[in-house]
Amino acid sequence: MDRIKDFFSTFLLIELLKGMAVTGRYMFARKITIQFPEERTPMSPRFRGLHALRRYPNGEERCIACKLCETICPALAINIELAQRDDGSRRTTRYDIDLTKCIFCGFCEESCPVDAIVETRIFDYHGESRGDLLYTKDKLLAVGDKNEEQIAKDKAADARYR
Amino acid sequence: MPEIQNYTLNFGPQHPAAHGVLRLVLELDGEVVMRADPHIGLLHRATEKLAEHKIFLQAMPYMDRLDYVSMMCNEHAYVMAVEKLLGVEVPVRAQYIRVMFDEITRILNHLLWLGAHGLDIGAMTMFLYTFREREDLMDVYEAVSGARLHAAYYRPGGVYRDLPDTMPLYEVGKMTVHSEKDVAGMNSNRHGSVLDFIEDFTRRFPACVDEYETLLTDNRIWKQRTVGIGVVTPERALALGLTGPMIRGSGIEWDLRKTQPYEVYDKVDFDIPVGVNGDCYDRYLVRMEEMRESNRIIKQCVDWLRVNPGPVISENHKIAPPSRAGMKENMEELIHHFKLFTEGFHVPPGEAYAAVEHPKGEFGIYLISDGANKPYRMKIRAAGFAHMAAMDEMARGHMIADVVALMGTYDIVFGEIDR
Repeated sequence: MDRIKDFFSTFLLIELLKGMAVTGRYMFARKITIQFPEERTPMSPRFRGLHALRRYPNGEERCIACKLCETICPALAINIELAQRDDGSRRTTRYDIDLTKCIFCGFCEESCPVDAIVETRIFDYHGESRGDLLYTKDKLLAVGDKNEEQIAKDKAADARYR
Repeated sequence: MPEIQNYTLNFGPQHPAAHGVLRLVLELDGEVVMRADPHIGLLHRATEKLAEHKIFLQAMPYMDRLDYVSMMCNEHAYVMAVEKLLGVEVPVRAQYIRVMFDEITRILNHLLWLGAHGLDIGAMTMFLYTFREREDLMDVYEAVSGARLHAAYYRPGGVYRDLPDTMPLYEVGKMTVHSEKDVAGMNSNRHGSVLDFIEDFTRRFPACVDEYETLLTDNRIWKQRTVGIGVVTPERALALGLTGPMIRGSGIEWDLRKTQPYEVYDKVDFDIPVGVNGDCYDRYLVRMEEMRESNRIIKQCVDWLRVNPGPVISENHKIAPPSRAGMKENMEELIHHFKLFTEGFHVPPGEAYAAVEHPKGEFGIYLISDGANKPYRMKIRAAGFAHMAAMDEMARGHMIADVVALMGTYDIVFGEIDR
């Protein structure tokens, strides 16, 4: 009996037709493709994208130049120089992140005791020349200023897990 | 009459059918392979040496980048080795989370393997279907760790953060091509927690595997390309040091999850599929079955995790950083925080080997510590490296097109082989 079945299924291309039925079904199913630049997939508040330096609501920058992020950075992508400001507070004079070195592990954000350096949802940044991916303090603060609303929301959403 | 010499062919490192940067020097007699000589090292990044210069925590994200399709399993072996040296207890919830993510990783890896293996042999559609399911699991990865691939989620002493209660949703404002109704449909399984989403996935997934099997298992072209190719006898499989699906395909029931259960694998119920003939087709069947078994394990972990809340990382703040709230309120915790992120923790002198059942085989980390805050030496035992050594024996006598099938069955990822 099995022999006969095998014989017929060999010549009738049964298993190929079954496979074609699967692919054929999907021809009429709802398409799952997301049209990327126009559409965006869901993103977790924990997403680790481009870095940003944050400010307090009164406009004062958060970073106190404790250098924890510089120390923990596995790829040595962060460079910090600091000086005492005129009002006696300790601030960075230089805060560079080399995004070509960065491995986006999130340790800088994890280590920062004042939530100054964070990783945002931005992942589609680019640079047109070599230096463009060396993010200086000004650039990082600008990213932070521009996206503060989203950053604050994300950090609040994740605060109870950390 | 001139003597006919064998033809030597460079297969790779830029061959479109070669995985990654494998350079295979093939000695051919016509189309028959007489000798296959894998040349490796083009993706060498000195992970082992780098780890010697980094504190234990810093070396962790580098583990993701070894076998970059089964990220969390690599991390697992590393944190287990560190924990062994430290002698630290991991909370049970963290162990369940780890087991769950190990199995999610296994499915991720096998899905990529299936897609790529199919694509190599000419089954183009597989790739599209497996990536559809991969996308769901990638979303899970992102929801818990913040990255789709390089998770950096495990920590010595547990995992970084607990599973979130919400799953990110598709936003109507950001979907311009899909209609509002479509978006609502896409969000239908995302309204609960991450665990709900994973559970929904485990319910859907067996049907997906059935679909893959409909396309491949009985397909005559698939069978012609895989049955009887690269046969390894059980004796040779042992002698060659094969592990994982490679040895199970030859009929030897060897799985570290059963033979030396780590974490909570002794508390979950699953079976080990084994093959009979030891050819590419049997290894394919083994991996397909493994996906179903992983699905079972994930389901059990989800059930456990639902009813057992608790800490997910060790409370010992000499090893694991304190919570952020604690760090901001308490001076002692702040000191711990600063210590851990600058100096790290010192581990007692000694050596430890920790191995996990990686989707590809046995993945082990051997650590030697001299009591400092960084390893004295780290050795990575990559499954693919041992498998690569069997290439010559398995390819001999086969046609050149079968080498592609063989590479698919090895599930080669050069990140771990070259390190």
